Amino acid sequence: MNHLPLIIKREYLTKIRNKAFIIMTFLSPLIFIGLVAVVAYLSQMNSDKIRVITVLDESSLVKDVFINSEHTTYHVLENMSLSEAKTLVRETRGSGLLHIGKLQDTAFSSSRITFFSEEAPSLSFITNIENKLEKKLTNLNLEKNGVDLNKIKTSRVRVDIAQESFEGKKTSKVDSVVKLIFGGAAGYLLFMFIIIYGNMIMRSVIEEKTSRIIEVIISSVKPIQLMLGKIIGTSLAGITQFTIWIIFGGILMTLVSLFFGIEPSQMKTPQQQIVQQAMESPELVIEAQNMLTAFYNLPLVNLVVAFVFFFIGGYLLYSSFYAAIGAAVDNETDTQQFMLPIIIPLILAVYIGVFTVIEDPHGMVSTVFSFIPFTSPVVMLMRIPFGVPLWQQLVSLLVLIGTFMLTVWVAAKIYRVGILMYGKKPSYKELIKWIKY
Amino acid sequence: MNNLLEVNEVSKSFGSYKALNNVSIAVPHGGIFGLLGPNGAGKTTLIRIINQITMPDSGSVYLDGDLLSPRHIQDIGYLPEERGLYKSMKVGEQALYLAQLKGLSKFEAKKRLKYWFERLEIGDWWNKRIQELSKGMAQKIQFVVTVLHQPKLLIFDEPFSGFDPINANLIKDEILRLRDQGATIIFSTHRMESVEELCDDIALLHKSNKILDGKLVDIKRQYKINTFEVGIRTKDNHELKQLLSEKFIVSDAYFKTLDNELKLNIKLGDKESPNALLNYLTSKGELTHFMELIPSVNDIFIQNVKKS
Repeated sequence: MNHLPLIIKREYLTKIRNKAFIIMTFLSPLIFIGLVAVVAYLSQMNSDKIRVITVLDESSLVKDVFINSEHTTYHVLENMSLSEAKTLVRETRGSGLLHIGKLQDTAFSSSRITFFSEEAPSLSFITNIENKLEKKLTNLNLEKNGVDLNKIKTSRVRVDIAQESFEGKKTSKVDSVVKLIFGGAAGYLLFMFIIIYGNMIMRSVIEEKTSRIIEVIISSVKPIQLMLGKIIGTSLAGITQFTIWIIFGGILMTLVSLFFGIEPSQMKTPQQQIVQQAMESPELVIEAQNMLTAFYNLPLVNLVVAFVFFFIGGYLLYSSFYAAIGAAVDNETDTQQFMLPIIIPLILAVYIGVFTVIEDPHGMVSTVFSFIPFTSPVVMLMRIPFGVPLWQQLVSLLVLIGTFMLTVWVAAKIYRVGILMYGKKPSYKELIKWIKY
Repeated sequence: MNNLLEVNEVSKSFGSYKALNNVSIAVPHGGIFGLLGPNGAGKTTLIRIINQITMPDSGSVYLDGDLLSPRHIQDIGYLPEERGLYKSMKVGEQALYLAQLKGLSKFEAKKRLKYWFERLEIGDWWNKRIQELSKGMAQKIQFVVTVLHQPKLLIFDEPFSGFDPINANLIKDEILRLRDQGATIIFSTHRMESVEELCDDIALLHKSNKILDGKLVDIKRQYKINTFEVGIRTKDNHELKQLLSEKFIVSDAYFKTLDNELKLNIKLGDKESPNALLNYLTSKGELTHFMELIPSVNDIFIQNVKKS
């Protein structure tokens, strides 16, 4: 008799009625939104601080470089010794002192420029000053050697290579970024889903063992049915939770920005900065348009279909392992030793996805790892936006499904023996023995 | 066919450990079958094989004449030794779920549960969570769930552990009632003395082997030692003992009495009748105690273990 629907129903209802689950479902978006608000507020507060930088320019060459900005005020000192300037800055509690030694002719040496401060300055600040000085001094040098700066300016050429596939599809550099965002999001989502709900499955198996109900259940249903019912029921609960998070989070986000008047642009996320800048410069408008076309250029149908299949395949593959681990141990603390072999391929997949797919989406490493079943769901999902031939996707999916069936079989064996074992912490050797029973 | 369940030469190993070695048992229709043996004898493994939780390495199991198959799951009710319920689920919901797993419709399961809950006076527990109940209360619910689908074969593994004496008696009465209604019951325990009064047939397991089985009365008859426990008041205890020793094999007996009479175990020869002994004794003094010693299952077991 097929009891699978009954088991799925019970698992699903128990999960979503669980108090902790309900609290997490509604609290997480609140916490997340709160966190974003706090970060936005803090970063605003941070940038409100005005830095006072004192400049002692003994060379008298670069003082016009230092123009006061929103967050930085420069005081340029002249006719003062270094030690006097140091005491002055210390007494007035300035943020720092930039000392530029006497510079002779072209012998500009950076060792003659020093920044003194109480606390070490941020990297971006130093780089900023370095860039300013470099530009100014280079220009001075060029002028000294008789080069007309205007000529350099007018002869500068901007090259933008138009990209087009043999089929005539236009692409651009921005495309890669958009593709990476989509592929990365899909891969990362799968990664998170496996970890969160895999653990939930494991805990629910352990619960059945510790409450000793397991033997009653498996005298009525086959262990593999129970295991699959658990995996599917928990996944459905997970999908429910994810959906609520997205909807509830979206509503909250809108509400928060309405009530507290936090303009999204003030949060200064990188994308929004790009949009803001795009308003100002025509070059960036083109880039923004490119981004839109890049989005429409994505193999959207392929992406969605592949996402569904690889997501399900990858999730089931890993969750059957979680179920087997839950069956093998008596309590959660004993699970540690078995978690590593699950986590490592997952992390490897994400790293390969992020680093090698950017570098070369169709290179050897990316291609190989998008066929290995333990990394293929994440890596393939990241590759697909860059266009993967259908046969590769199909082969990878077939390998994944084949491995999934094998692991479910192995997991079911471990599960079947493990759920009736109490009182001892099994070793890997014993797990292998169980498979042979 | 007279037997409801037949287990034929079943063996099962876990790695190098042999849990069952060519074990055969036959459980007749109706009545209570005692599956006895110390801890680790292989009782639970055998029961799990009957429940199709574990597959045997070799041998076969027949239920009602058919080779055991998944459709027999509904014909068996099993109360395992390691038992429990989902702690956070409500009693009624949980009982319904477990009953449905055994193939009952929701409607039918509800009807029968109502009947049983009223019978055991636990009707008001329906909406309680298991974690709010005591261990004994949870066991009652487990018992109900085990018998609810009215299976042909009921298997109880250490059914009385966890019950207080009052509830243990209640459950015992329910088991006897189910037997009278025609159910066949396998009763597994390591406390052999506790089942003598209940069992019609027994099988003794020891170290993965069956060492003895059959009708309980036949076994007892077979192991009868023709010995009588006797208490008698005489003027001279020592003299009578001397006299008896000349005729029979005599040893001291120990049992509680009110007076300080002579207490002996007297073993008769094959052809001697108890009546003759009784007449002889009454002529010697005032008889206070005369009882045939019937070996307990425990004694029989120990005797067999020593032999093998």
